[in-house]
Amino acid sequence: MSKDQALIFELSEPERISYSLPELDVPDIDLDEWLPEEFNRKTEPELPEVSELQLMRHYTALSKRNHGVDSGFYPLGSCTMKYNPKINEDVARYPGFAFVHPLQEEETVQGALEMMYNLQENLVAVTGMDEVTLQPAAGAHGEWTGLMMIRAYHEANGDFNRTKVIVPDSAHGTNPASATVAGFEAVTVKSNEKGLVDLEDLKRVVNHDTAALMLTNPNTLGLFEEQITEMATIIHDAGGKLYYDGANMNAIMGAARPGDMGFDVVHLNLHKTFTGPHGGGGPGSGPVGVKSDLIPYLPKPVLVKENDAYRFDYDRPQSIGRVKPYYGNFGINVRAYSYIRTMGPEGLKQVSENAVLNANYMMRRLQDAFVLPYEQHCKHEFVISGKKQKKLGVRTLDMAKRLLDFGYHPPTIYFPINVEECMMIEPTETESKETLDEFCDVLLQIAKEAEDNPEIVQEAPHTTVIGRLDETTAARKPILRYQKA
Amino acid sequence: MKHRYLPTTDQDRKEMLETIGVDSVQDLFEDIPEAIRFKGELKVEKQLFESELIRYMSKLSSQNANTLENASFLGAGVYDHAIPSVVDHVIRRSEFYTAYTPYQPEISQGELQAIFEFQTMISELTGMEVANSSMYDGPTALAEAGLLSAGQTKKKKIIVSKTVHPEARAVIDTYARGQRLSVVEVDSSNGVTDLDKLKQEIDENTACVMVQYPNFFGQLEPLPDIEKLVHEQKAMFVVSSNPLALGRLTPPGELGADIVVGDCQPFGIPAQFGGPHCGYFAVTKKLMRKVPGRLIGQTTDENGQRGFVLTLQAREQHIRRDKATSNICSNQALNALASSVAMSALGKKGVRKMAEQNIKKAHYAKTRLEEAGVETVFNGVYFNEFVIKVNGPIKELNRKLLTKGIIGGYDLGRDYPELNNHMLVAVTENRTKAEIDMFVEEVGGAK
Ligand SMILES: Cc1ncc(COP(=O)(O)O)c(C=O)c1O
Repeated sequence: MSKDQALIFELSEPERISYSLPELDVPDIDLDEWLPEEFNRKTEPELPEVSELQLMRHYTALSKRNHGVDSGFYPLGSCTMKYNPKINEDVARYPGFAFVHPLQEEETVQGALEMMYNLQENLVAVTGMDEVTLQPAAGAHGEWTGLMMIRAYHEANGDFNRTKVIVPDSAHGTNPASATVAGFEAVTVKSNEKGLVDLEDLKRVVNHDTAALMLTNPNTLGLFEEQITEMATIIHDAGGKLYYDGANMNAIMGAARPGDMGFDVVHLNLHKTFTGPHGGGGPGSGPVGVKSDLIPYLPKPVLVKENDAYRFDYDRPQSIGRVKPYYGNFGINVRAYSYIRTMGPEGLKQVSENAVLNANYMMRRLQDAFVLPYEQHCKHEFVISGKKQKKLGVRTLDMAKRLLDFGYHPPTIYFPINVEECMMIEPTETESKETLDEFCDVLLQIAKEAEDNPEIVQEAPHTTVIGRLDETTAARKPILRYQKA
Repeated sequence: MKHRYLPTTDQDRKEMLETIGVDSVQDLFEDIPEAIRFKGELKVEKQLFESELIRYMSKLSSQNANTLENASFLGAGVYDHAIPSVVDHVIRRSEFYTAYTPYQPEISQGELQAIFEFQTMISELTGMEVANSSMYDGPTALAEAGLLSAGQTKKKKIIVSKTVHPEARAVIDTYARGQRLSVVEVDSSNGVTDLDKLKQEIDENTACVMVQYPNFFGQLEPLPDIEKLVHEQKAMFVVSSNPLALGRLTPPGELGADIVVGDCQPFGIPAQFGGPHCGYFAVTKKLMRKVPGRLIGQTTDENGQRGFVLTLQAREQHIRRDKATSNICSNQALNALASSVAMSALGKKGVRKMAEQNIKKAHYAKTRLEEAGVETVFNGVYFNEFVIKVNGPIKELNRKLLTKGIIGGYDLGRDYPELNNHMLVAVTENRTKAEIDMFVEEVGGAK
């Protein structure tokens, strides 16, 4: 494989094209004359000019320099990198889903609305909530949407002093960031030695100014918050609401529901649990479910079913308004729906059971070579620490880079931030035991290399198209676009 | 029976449970307190085999009028444009769509380079120095531009023209409420922002002024005049732009915009009932470190080899948490790739030609409608949309048009009570002369 891949601009030659528009079939007008001077563009945008084959070769070459789930194991914790079913990709491209305008008259889109309605109902069932909106575009967007609803709820009760949102120290960065965007102050609650929220610390930070507690359960360490009902009571007694970050829903489908644990608001990452797919960073979809007392605040419009017909209800005076144009990332929602129908209720339950089995198996295979910070069974993911290896001069980052030499995408590293030299592993249920074993063997081998031959780990990767990149210079002297020499 | 997505066999399970040291998978769920364990079966719809799923989903799909079989004159922010076949072939490469955020650059150079190229194309089209790797969509990008402006100027008033997309204004309202910013909407006059009213509103508390170019009615806002008013008061100038239009129109970057946002849907992204599309976010160099979302930068490895990485991450939520410039994490990467492929396929000349054909076909349609006696309102310069007035409800007219295989335009009365019975008509390069003539005949006959 060639080491450098030219930028598409560097392949460009004037006159080449890879798409021809039909010639104009209406009377021509002279735009230099028709357009007023100030609107008549004079500097031409430097877009590439390549032939169709050149274009395909370029992007094919780029794709070969990229690792996806179909390329190999991708145990990126917290991201649920499961297999992305091919049928979902086909279905989402059906003309009645892909080529439908969001502002068409409702009577012309009843099939699309039926799909959305059914998906909402299924998500209500999985989460144990009372109603779901499909509007948010991703997890973080769902978090902010949920918090805005919680704020609207408190304010509707004349309660304007609930300015704080509590997040655990192990929380994903979007949780505190979403709290800020929703106008709250984020307050941290500590974890205890078992990796769970410290109830005493929670009692200490909870207050009459608490708007909500945001939690993932299982949490980002992959551990189930066993005292969730106690936490719910503490928060509810203080007048706050309980928010569920559903990034980790893959652990508990059919085993437990956030709605039954006492959560008031839930977001789901359809690009994770429900096979989105991840798209190299998105698009995702982040539906939000709420309990009945929060229904009035759902983003509008709300999809309703009346006499077997579907329509959007805009008459929602207490709604927080719109969080997104139109009705959410419909194309991703089609895929998620297709997945849910492919699995059925029993299948979804099996998904979580197998995800948890796979994670526990790997955890036990790896626990002696690394430091396992929490002894109990995990759910769908677990963390191990590279503290031992660090003493030998080999950091977790080095081990992650070494995994690249074996064709694996490394686990999530250095997150959550409350575990030193952290490696967060999420195998998902779609991986076979053989794959898990091979990966564990390699990671154990790397742990051994750290003792016997640390340089090979410290200098990894050795087989990739490019070596470790100079990120410091990238940030100090940013080059964020191509410029012709 | 085994499921095709679940490879674990009974034998595997047995061996794995042994290694773990428990008797059954249920033992692994013991930490879920009895009281909150879910018992029974989820009330999820029943499982379908692939063949059954195809039938059912095909049925649902066929119940929607689509823009492949019907000639669409509906735009209002989402457009029916030519999508080169290569776009789908590229984004269906699973190395792209089954990957996630390129956290490990050594095995993500493909994605990183593709997005670096995307950033470059957006910079070129908008005339701005820096563009990010994508936002959820145009309207949320616009709302984030408001938040950036407020943070940068430490001022709390956002001024939005009423000629900005109504759904975008609704999104801005929600975001602004979150940050306790005030939003003031400015009326239009003859289809563009009323400059006198705008002038009255801009004051020393103004964080930014937001306009759309071409605006919601398809008209071109007088950006040079607006720019002066905005910068006189040291507010920030935010422009939301259809990137295709910028293939032919002077880019906001050359007209003094501080932030340019919009949606790349016109480049290679099907309407998909409203999403996923792809927001873009472009700024002047001065604002580079305030941008929301991901940025890809060029650098080198230890051998001096060129490569690409996520950069300036100190802005982002995973590092800065509650102090981040935005909460955005997952974005629209695959659609940014689709847009890049579409722009590359059309090429420098093709993008310009496509933009020109939009103007010319809209011009033809508007002229023909006027000749047929249909009243057109607003007489400024436009891109690919314009407004007509008819004698009855738009809903009824659209119902009639659909029987002829035409998806009619947008009913402006939904958002502008004073524009009842007014239709926003979009004419893209995809509309043939024959389709336009038929539309004119039907609408002309109905006037
Ligand atoms: C625990 C957790 N919460 C929230 C998010 C944010 O989700 P998204 O990237 O879809 O915005 C993520 C994903 O990255 C996550 O892992």
